[in-house]
Amino acid sequence: MHFWYSLVDLLLPFGWLQHAFMKNALLGVLLVTPIFGLLGTMIVNNKMAFFSDSLGHSALTGIAIGVIVGKIFPLLGIKPIWSMLCFSVLITIAILIVKEANTASTDTIIGVFSSTAMALGIVLLSRNGGFTKYSAYLIGDLLSISSSDLLTLGIVFVVVIVLWAVIFNKLLMASMNQSLASSRGINVRLYEYLFAMIMAVIVTISIQWVGILIISSLLILPAASSRNIAKNIRQYHVYSVLIALISGVSGLILSYFWGTATGATIVLISSVFFAVTFIMKLRLG
Amino acid sequence: MKHHNCAQSCQGSCECGLCCTKIKNFGVTRSGIEILRAVNLHIHCGDLTAIIGPNGAGKSTLLKAILGDIPHTGELQFLDAKDEGTIRPSMGYVPQKLDLDSSSPTSVLDLFAAAHTKIPIWFAYPKKIRERVRESLARTQGEHLINKRLGALSGGELQRVLLALSLDPIPHILLLDEPVSGIDQRGLELFYKTVSTLRENYDLSIILVSHDLNLVAEYADRVAFVNNKTIECVGTPQEVFSNEKVIQTFGLDWSKRNLNDEKDRVANALLV
Repeated sequence: MHFWYSLVDLLLPFGWLQHAFMKNALLGVLLVTPIFGLLGTMIVNNKMAFFSDSLGHSALTGIAIGVIVGKIFPLLGIKPIWSMLCFSVLITIAILIVKEANTASTDTIIGVFSSTAMALGIVLLSRNGGFTKYSAYLIGDLLSISSSDLLTLGIVFVVVIVLWAVIFNKLLMASMNQSLASSRGINVRLYEYLFAMIMAVIVTISIQWVGILIISSLLILPAASSRNIAKNIRQYHVYSVLIALISGVSGLILSYFWGTATGATIVLISSVFFAVTFIMKLRLG
Repeated sequence: MKHHNCAQSCQGSCECGLCCTKIKNFGVTRSGIEILRAVNLHIHCGDLTAIIGPNGAGKSTLLKAILGDIPHTGELQFLDAKDEGTIRPSMGYVPQKLDLDSSSPTSVLDLFAAAHTKIPIWFAYPKKIRERVRESLARTQGEHLINKRLGALSGGELQRVLLALSLDPIPHILLLDEPVSGIDQRGLELFYKTVSTLRENYDLSIILVSHDLNLVAEYADRVAFVNNKTIECVGTPQEVFSNEKVIQTFGLDWSKRNLNDEKDRVANALLV
């Protein structure tokens, strides 16, 4: 951490970076936005925007369960993040299993799970009228990111990048045509599950900083903007990661000066990118 | 063609020294509903077998069952020309369509690179992939499509790209699921011609789900008619198209019209 602090002081001697919390937040943004940019490409490709949204909503129940477990076994000292992770992984598996049964369209199934998890979370958390305590999760606070959070984030960053590198080609084949993929020896189900798990983990981990309400926009917007101008998969990823990084850093700076919520500011800047690339697409064809 | 000589001897087993595929007693049941039952089919290499039948008869399902993509009862036997024993045949598959919208940034090169390499294609393309893809595409007259986006291809172009992909590496059995719509007549004829040439050059067994009876009559060696959850009739195009059930399914006068078409074509040819 000291290395990072002195590096920032040396290279970026700006007023807004004097505070340790801003240095932490900057590192957090640099770690988390490229992942959003990368994963977003496949989420947009597979039309899974709604799915990532529902993962965000289900985190509310995860928080509630964490709080209840924490009250019953206060000695265990379980952080809400672990119960959130468990719950979002469970709900992901549930959605995939129900989806495979093929009884209703996917967005209906996701809608059912999403609203159920959201409602359950609100009911559990609002018992005794204490919901306002947890409303911080709705908006998130990137400036509250701590050194130990950054360590977790760093590990997640490496794991996600490595996994993404290993599974991407196969996932792309599976997303285009399942039978075609399996005719080439790809275990479609395995890769679908892996992808959904990665999404669940990354969404849940970043919720405390970005907020339940806008987490999926951060995943969708960079990729959607990139899609407007990219002509192949490589450009798609490069633009998406760049847009995510630029919006992340500039959103952090602007939120510092405006005194606004960081996550929402980042999302707003990404949507400006979307508007610009959309116009480029219309003009250039 | 020499393959046809062994058609009779293959009734019991494949003793003609050529490879053949036997589909034995296939059945498919999905969520409690029987889709296919007691399907038996013999396919010789070098043969183009067309599967025809009314909509919803289970043609695509049969293809996916052969592919091993959906669970089925019964067994698939493949006898190689060299090995006497049975081996698991490699299969090439050309799907009806890809699940992507027209704005998808996936290019033809991306599709091939994703299929052939382990290096993630958002990171880098391997050095020799471009050449290999160009060679593959040349088999189906699609070299010029390499840098195009998949979403920007016409139905016929996409089909040729998918055919090229299914032929790299050359499979034992090639399964083709022809799109119901979206391909113009010229594109369709080009496709059938390409498939026909491939069969001769590579000695492939080809199973083709088809919707165009005229082209089937012209290019297929054998035709299997799928109806009422099973194959009701197999044989040469002439045999199948004179079958009563087939005539009933596709309209009473289809086979007659086909003959007339043939006459018209001959007449036109004479005029020219």
